[in-house]
Amino acid sequence: MFGELLVTVGVLLGLFVVWQLWWTDVEGARTQQQIVADMGWEEPAATDNGPQTAVATEHRDAPPVLDEPAAIGETFAQMYVPRWGSDYLKPIAEGTDKATVLDTIGIGHYVGTEMPGALGNFATAAHRTTYGKPYNKIHELKKQDALVVRTEDTWYVYKVTDSKIVLPQNIEVISTVPGVKPGEPMPEPTQRFITLTTCHPMFSAAQRYIVHGELDYWAPVSEGTPKELLEEQG
Amino acid sequence: MYAALWNLLPGPTWARVLLCAGIGIILLAVCFEYVFPWLSDYMPFNDTTVGN
Repeated sequence: MFGELLVTVGVLLGLFVVWQLWWTDVEGARTQQQIVADMGWEEPAATDNGPQTAVATEHRDAPPVLDEPAAIGETFAQMYVPRWGSDYLKPIAEGTDKATVLDTIGIGHYVGTEMPGALGNFATAAHRTTYGKPYNKIHELKKQDALVVRTEDTWYVYKVTDSKIVLPQNIEVISTVPGVKPGEPMPEPTQRFITLTTCHPMFSAAQRYIVHGELDYWAPVSEGTPKELLEEQG
Repeated sequence: MYAALWNLLPGPTWARVLLCAGIGIILLAVCFEYVFPWLSDYMPFNDTTVGN
């Protein structure tokens, strides 16, 4: 009787591990794919002479910036990372709440940080492992790799500038100007940053893996697709 | 415990095996859908947010 109980507990613990490490991923990837499909955004403009998409012109003036969504869990952007495969596409939603954003939608935007394209820091978080693991391959990113954020009407093409590993309490990585600690005077931002934050090492929450990038150019979706999404990764 | 369950189930052996499999699948589904998501909130490795 007691032995049977122990065996049952053992099996249940094993099943929990299977659920956490495998099933949340299966479910998360499926949900996130569905969310992107449900957003139903128009395909970028095609060329006049054929089915290929046009290459978007690179705009380097001030890009249009959306207002920050009021509701946690509202999807407002999509993320493409060519280094992670041409099929990599994840939704981005407001907030970094675990249950409503990170465990389901995938990538979360830290509330109060800037929106894509704005002067300052567009700071995001996502799981490194489990729940669809949007930032699983963050360690593969190299300097100058493209991080492409799309809102319904605009492409924002960022380039990776820096990767590092910090402790969870080093929240200055998501400051308007990255590196300025809370309490220190915040200089007027002159650059348009993006920040990716995720857990490190894998399957642990002891540290954070941080990738910073800077806006290279922007383009209206109606003009085509950024060249970074059309070429093969070297 | 499992012997008692086996004796409780009606029908011939094949029916009991089938019933056991059915119960197992239902338990698995309940665990995956409700019990484990609830339990995961209490796991230290899922405590990823830092308070301000």
